[in-house]
Amino acid sequence: MNKLKALPKPVKLAFWVLLAILAYALPILEPPIISTPGVDFGGVLFVVTMYCLIALGLNIVVGYAGLLDLGYVGFYAVGAYTAAILTSFHANWPLLLSLPFAVAATTIAGLILGAPTLRVRGDYLAIVTLGFGEIIRLVAVNTEWLGDRRGISNIARPPSVMTGEDGGVVVGEAEPGLKGIFEIPHLYWGDGTVLVDTEDTTQFLVFGVLDQIPYYWLGLTVVLLVLLADYLIKNSRVGRAWEATREDEDAAELMGVPTFKFKLLAFATGAFIGGLAGALFASRQSFINPDSFLLLFSILFLAAVVVGGQGNRWGVLVGAFLVAYLPQRFRDFDDFRVLVFGAALVALAILRPEGLFPPRRTVRAKQMEHELEVLETGHDDGEEAARV
Amino acid sequence: MSDATTPILEVQNLTLKFGGLTALDDVSFGIKEGEILGLIGPNGAGKTTCFNAVTGVYRPTSGDIRFQGRSLTGVKRYRITQLGIARTFQNIRLFPSMTALENVLVGADAQHKTGMFSALFRLPRHRAEERDGHERAMELLRFMGIHKRADELAANLSYGDQRRLEIARAMATGPKLICLDEPAAGFNPQEKVQLMELIRKVRDRGFTVLLIEHDMRLVMGVTDRIVVLEFGRLIAEGTPAEIRDNPAVIAAYLGVDEEDAS
Ligand SMILES: Nc1ncnc2c1ncn2[C@@H]1O[C@H](COP(=O)(O)OP(=O)(O)OP(=O)(O)O)[C@@H](O)[C@H]1O
Ligand SMILES: [Mg+2]
Repeated sequence: MNKLKALPKPVKLAFWVLLAILAYALPILEPPIISTPGVDFGGVLFVVTMYCLIALGLNIVVGYAGLLDLGYVGFYAVGAYTAAILTSFHANWPLLLSLPFAVAATTIAGLILGAPTLRVRGDYLAIVTLGFGEIIRLVAVNTEWLGDRRGISNIARPPSVMTGEDGGVVVGEAEPGLKGIFEIPHLYWGDGTVLVDTEDTTQFLVFGVLDQIPYYWLGLTVVLLVLLADYLIKNSRVGRAWEATREDEDAAELMGVPTFKFKLLAFATGAFIGGLAGALFASRQSFINPDSFLLLFSILFLAAVVVGGQGNRWGVLVGAFLVAYLPQRFRDFDDFRVLVFGAALVALAILRPEGLFPPRRTVRAKQMEHELEVLETGHDDGEEAARV
Repeated sequence: MSDATTPILEVQNLTLKFGGLTALDDVSFGIKEGEILGLIGPNGAGKTTCFNAVTGVYRPTSGDIRFQGRSLTGVKRYRITQLGIARTFQNIRLFPSMTALENVLVGADAQHKTGMFSALFRLPRHRAEERDGHERAMELLRFMGIHKRADELAANLSYGDQRRLEIARAMATGPKLICLDEPAAGFNPQEKVQLMELIRKVRDRGFTVLLIEHDMRLVMGVTDRIVVLEFGRLIAEGTPAEIRDNPAVIAAYLGVDEEDAS
């Protein structure tokens, strides 16, 4: 990362563009080892982008503003249900029209939940958000208007871009007879050879039932946009206010930061992103029921943020990738998955309590603390002593 | 002293109780614009509590605090800062994992309005305020002599630099009155003298200074007037010379070993 920072600007830009292209091309390249045998690779990658989105949103709440949210799945559910209701259950809107309403509903939910609870500190918030996540699910279970246990199906898909029967471009619901405006063949990795597989193609751009790669592209695009927004907001008065509040709420308030307002803003922003992810997820699944929003997901989302390194946007992306991807990649070890996951978390807590990639500044501060300790006590518990 | 200017800050019959303990008992004093007022007294006299009442941390049990003629009762803490009262803390309270520069920027942001929207779309307001904030912050860091450490994390600064950074952060909020709670605590004599020089310079920039300090010699040297508290009561008020000769103060404060008092 240090070397990267030293490069001239055009080179850096080229690097990022290349990385983005690679990311888009990943499901087409289907590189061995990375791709998931037995599970649709495009589908796995789509889920990864949803976790990335969620991790970015939750990172604003937990990592930047320091608010422990244990019910993030609640926002995910509100987004998903709003999209489901508007596009299928109670109306017939196109997905793109329902999205703004889905995120608006989620943001409002965030404000309603945050306004009373963000005045109290610490543990209360964790408990209240935990309750919120469960309440949303239970309301869905018990409300016929929300499809109760049976859930909602036929949720709208994003509009496809296709070639019509007369050769013109058609935009709308994917239809069985119509193809995309062009096809992209996948790669096939044989024994030592790489072939272009013209049998296995992705239609550009058809959001169908079978091929999930277009969903992945959509998800990736949203992730990149949110990443950019995250960067712009973090490097501003808003980001500083969040961090100051996290570091020392009283001192921040006394330095002129309206901490309550900024905590609420962080909460609402997190909810916004969570709702967006929920709506996209619902569209991809085309079917949701309350079981899609179990407490377990809140914990997985939080795990993604904490494992990656809260407060560092790249760290939480890695965390999201690991939490979403590894269980799919190693499906063969299905029986041991939870065990391995638990063991990995424990190991991480012992070896890297700040997460895999904590913000660089945390690392620097820790190092300094350590050095001071060594200076004070005059010894070190470990290999460091030998070097001094 | 017969000065016609009305006080910038007026503490009127301020009483503050913690349960049965009366930390401040009917204290009244005023600070004139542009002066350095010393607030002294033995440990536990109520000096920090007085700061906390002025900056809105504690609500007075009775009495009033007026800033530029406006009552501060019930005004939110961040609002008080925006109105023009800044402070430092007796126990350093920086934002440890933010850089020195960012710490000062948070202070400078007190007078800024950039919200989510301006930041997201990099509107002119964001750009202008960001530029203004950086300039002001760097200038203040230079003023405090810590500009070389601007990109260092606050936690990694030396103790003295942390104290200096606190003053820079407070000044960045654009205050009219700046309250310093034992800014020289833990300094060696030479550093203390330097700091007092600096406080005089702060005043010369047009800030009014309210200073808590234990070292009598320093307080005498730098302040225009002194208010003495003991057990929450105001026992004397006057110029350094008057305070030095005041028998009540000698009994209450100078009577005890100076080392004990620090
Ligand atoms: N939050 C609080 N709750 C209860 N008692 C308090 C509180 N804050 C201060 N006190 C008490 O009020 C009295 C005045 O304390 P204060 O901190 O204002 O003294 P001080 O003059 O600043 O002393 P020092 O020189 O030690 O800083 C003390 O007896 C202290 O124990
Ligand atoms: Mg004190």
